[in-house]
Amino acid sequence: MARVLVVTSGKGGVGKTTSAAALGAALAQAGEHVVVVDFDVGLRNLDLVMGAERRVVFDLINVVQGDVKLHQALIRDKRLETLSLLPASQTRDKDALKPDGVAKVVGELREKFDWVICDSPAGIERGATLAMRHADIAVVVTNPEVSSVRDSDRIIGLLDSKTERAERGERIDKHLLLTRYDADRAMRGEMLKVEDVLEILAIPLLAVIPESQDVLRASNLGVPVPLNNPTSAPTRAYLDAARRLRGETVVMTFPSQKRSLISRLLGRKAIA
Amino acid sequence: MSEAFESRPKLRVRGRSLMAIVLTPELPLADWLGALDAQIKAAPTFFDQRAVIVELTALPSTTPDVAGFLEELEQRGIRIIGTEGAHPSWNGIKAWVRPLANTRASGKPVEIHAPSSAAASAKEANALVIDRPVRSGQSVVFEHGDLTVVGSVSSGAEIVATGSIHVYGALRGRAFAGLKGNSRARIFCRRLEAEFLAIDGLYSTADEIEPRLRGAAVQAWLDGKSLMIAALD
Repeated sequence: MARVLVVTSGKGGVGKTTSAAALGAALAQAGEHVVVVDFDVGLRNLDLVMGAERRVVFDLINVVQGDVKLHQALIRDKRLETLSLLPASQTRDKDALKPDGVAKVVGELREKFDWVICDSPAGIERGATLAMRHADIAVVVTNPEVSSVRDSDRIIGLLDSKTERAERGERIDKHLLLTRYDADRAMRGEMLKVEDVLEILAIPLLAVIPESQDVLRASNLGVPVPLNNPTSAPTRAYLDAARRLRGETVVMTFPSQKRSLISRLLGRKAIA
Repeated sequence: MSEAFESRPKLRVRGRSLMAIVLTPELPLADWLGALDAQIKAAPTFFDQRAVIVELTALPSTTPDVAGFLEELEQRGIRIIGTEGAHPSWNGIKAWVRPLANTRASGKPVEIHAPSSAAASAKEANALVIDRPVRSGQSVVFEHGDLTVVGSVSSGAEIVATGSIHVYGALRGRAFAGLKGNSRARIFCRRLEAEFLAIDGLYSTADEIEPRLRGAAVQAWLDGKSLMIAALD
């Protein structure tokens, strides 16, 4: 039974595309057949993060408009054979996305893949609502920071009203993916803590992805995070997240503070 | 000269949007009126106080006795606020109200409920309970009594009721109780972090609320012309 998952957030720049690629790669590594679909028409990034930008011939808009068949637009990942990408158009904008066309494409993708991961654009307008429309599961990406949390709250409200599932009276599974988490800053009160975010958003936690320089490195190389560095902390968190999405119970690991042993022994105050 | 200037009365103008019902009469008119009568019989209060727009695009401009048709509708208690799609040269169209400008042609179909459910829901609908959080950007307006939220009300959300408001969670958004002149309404919450509280038009912004009450379980009520807020324990 294929599952459609939307990676959304409301706020821009919090890690939707990075996470969509990472979760896609993690699920594909586990043997699932996965397609990641870029819904950010006009500002596409998923192809860059997947390292496929030089192989894009046709895109989602071409398929929606019926110019080409789905298989002509799908780009298979070179590293994982069960992972494919359906890129967005860069020259058009989201007005070219027609709801009926998108419904048809998602329907076709459901038949070919186990997981259809929709990378939503930022915002609450047409692109975001179309990306979430057919979702069975939503991953709400949030930074531990007040504006991101409020925007995520808004998007959760929209998930409960603008999806097909909501219109049919069914619940859509929503999961929180807390990204760019820095335990030191949270302890110092510069950043919201995990429990603060959970208290406001009140949806189950999928994973906490620590702030890491590995993520930027992976993006710039065009490699999804788990494939770039299989043992880094973000990779482990994304792999755990993928396992939870597949139904496994995995104990949650929270990023810990980075203080060195010496600084922990001496405490923060200078010794008199 | 300055006296004349100062004594000019101020005119206050407000914008208001409301939901209007669009009726689209079709030929033959007698049959359509029959269907309308049946509908009114099934749901007698449906058209009460509802603003109705009559769309005339389905009627050819040669339809006779359009003015008489207007009377038929008015006799049935239908409050017509405007028409759409009427050609100015229609015989009798001047008797109608003036056509509406800039109306959008689309509109969602409205279900006319059977009276039993309408009456039943009118009896039950004196309290609304919402058992999930009210999210940022959502607005809940309940015009028939008290509103209870089992959960939190997020920053950027709005809850409005003619009665009292009870929030079993954190109230972080805006709450308006006592809509439509009910000055006895109160607001209760488990944690006060509200951006805005109002009862029957009298309000307090977050800045104006005493700092020691923030985060506490409180009730708010009107004492004369003052909005009082006190801790519940």
